[in-house]
Amino acid sequence: MGSLQDFRKDFDILNSGDYVYFDNAATSQRPRQVLDAVTNFYKTTNANPLRGLYDWSMGATEAYENARSTVADFIGASRAEEIIFTRNTTESLNLVAYSYGMENVHEGDEIVVTVMEHHSNLLPWQMVAKKNGAKLVFLEPDEEGVITKEEYESKITDKTKIVAVGHVSNVFGITNPVKEIAEYAHSKGAIMVVDGAQSTPHMSVDVQAIGADFFALSGHKMLAPMGIGALYGRYELLEKMQPFLTGGEMIEYVTRTDATYAEIPHKFEAGTVNAGDAVGLAAAIEYIKSVGFDKIEEQELKLTKLIMEGLAKLPYIKVYGSKDYRKHCGIVTFTMEGVHPHDMSSVLNDDHVCIRAGHHCAQPLMQFIGAGSTARASVYFYNTEEEVAVFLDKLSKVREVMGYGA
Amino acid sequence: MELKQLYREIVNEHNLHPVNRGKIEDADLVLRGVNPSCGDDITLYMKLDGDVIKAASYDGSGCAISQASVDMMVDQILGKNKEEAIKLAGTFMGMIKGEITDEESIEALDEAAALQDVAHMPARVKCAVLGWHTMQEMLEHPEKAQENK
Ligand SMILES: Cc1ncc(COP(=O)(O)O)c(C=O)c1O
Repeated sequence: MGSLQDFRKDFDILNSGDYVYFDNAATSQRPRQVLDAVTNFYKTTNANPLRGLYDWSMGATEAYENARSTVADFIGASRAEEIIFTRNTTESLNLVAYSYGMENVHEGDEIVVTVMEHHSNLLPWQMVAKKNGAKLVFLEPDEEGVITKEEYESKITDKTKIVAVGHVSNVFGITNPVKEIAEYAHSKGAIMVVDGAQSTPHMSVDVQAIGADFFALSGHKMLAPMGIGALYGRYELLEKMQPFLTGGEMIEYVTRTDATYAEIPHKFEAGTVNAGDAVGLAAAIEYIKSVGFDKIEEQELKLTKLIMEGLAKLPYIKVYGSKDYRKHCGIVTFTMEGVHPHDMSSVLNDDHVCIRAGHHCAQPLMQFIGAGSTARASVYFYNTEEEVAVFLDKLSKVREVMGYGA
Repeated sequence: MELKQLYREIVNEHNLHPVNRGKIEDADLVLRGVNPSCGDDITLYMKLDGDVIKAASYDGSGCAISQASVDMMVDQILGKNKEEAIKLAGTFMGMIKGEITDEESIEALDEAAALQDVAHMPARVKCAVLGWHTMQEMLEHPEKAQENK
């Protein structure tokens, strides 16, 4: 065992120099197996999937559809057709907002989101609410970052048509009680949309157990290439929805003035699909399974504990969200007294430590916690204790660089 | 100059001990400048005597580079006329974008020329130019800068 070091060897970029990469919540790195799978697709069976009647095209179609099954299986969908390939979480959520939201939310209805949503799970709902005269209602967390039962039971009502919640917050790292919220939402006749961008890399997900009607994910946060993501949608809902984009590949029959649409999922995949990266996503899922979520979690917990213990020793650092390192999903967001996060990140970059600084595409949350901008360190299973030590050491020297004492 | 040296030798002094920070209550021109992506947010105040900048100051918040840069900028524009200040802004922004490199032009910026190396830090360019950009906007479009008063 002790094989995490072996897995790390698969990531050329991590072994290419002395950089400490702690911005995994923004995007992960990719192992050689994923890159090879994509290259291999183009080397061996590339043709336009779903269109040709010859071997290569059929091979490409098969690879693409196998990838769909792999994703379906990975998140517990009941059938492969419930998986629609998209570019990323943002596109997945926009698909739901346009094809479901615009049709099913009416004047006087309410859409419930949390104040900690990524802009990707906020702006599409703002748009639906504005266009259709509905109201956006915000669930707010307590000091530990928790959305309590009282909070969601008081704000989800008979007027609520859609509840859209991030599974794991990209700022607090907290896992929201999506299963409980979904159950309550359903009891009020609303549907549940879950933004799984930050959960899928770190934990085993079962969309049916959660009770998600829609679930969005991004491949690039879970070892897959950029530009491939997925939307899970409950079959009955997808069947009734209108297409998001129209054009080639998503039709059944077209005349000069009219068209009937293909069956799901193809109805929602207009134009030539991204089969190469879908194959990459399937390879990423196989890779994650070979590491195992138990090992992934164990390593993330170990590193998060070290980071939070180290930060606690620096009196000028304030950490946001839960005090319990087990509730951070590898994400630690913090500020340093007197030092702007951008300066902190630039100084750390000089020491080859990569962390995120800014509003993390969650400005309403920044306003809610009263910080204009914060710094965020986020780890994945391939990070090491040595890297945490380097990060903490370099971080402890930032204030001196910024002119505070010696 | 490398980044840490830039902070230690130039930026920290103006960031931690600014000389031009504050609000001018009876300013003729007031304009807010924001970098939405990083949250730098300043307000610039100016008093004019005809065409000449008689007093200027700023307040707000942001990273050290944005704050130090605007503090240095105010030093450079005091006593200049509008046209000269706008020209200096053009020089500063040209320098930061790496388009102006000849020493003679850059010397006109006096102490603000010390930020030249930000040209090699693409992530920080917006921070360095915020104050200058806001000042240029204020002088070229005074109508915008009066609504805010
Ligand atoms: C919680 C959350 N939702 C949505 C997104 C958007 O993902 P993408 O940019 O891949 O669409 C992100 C990542 O940036 C995220 O962290």
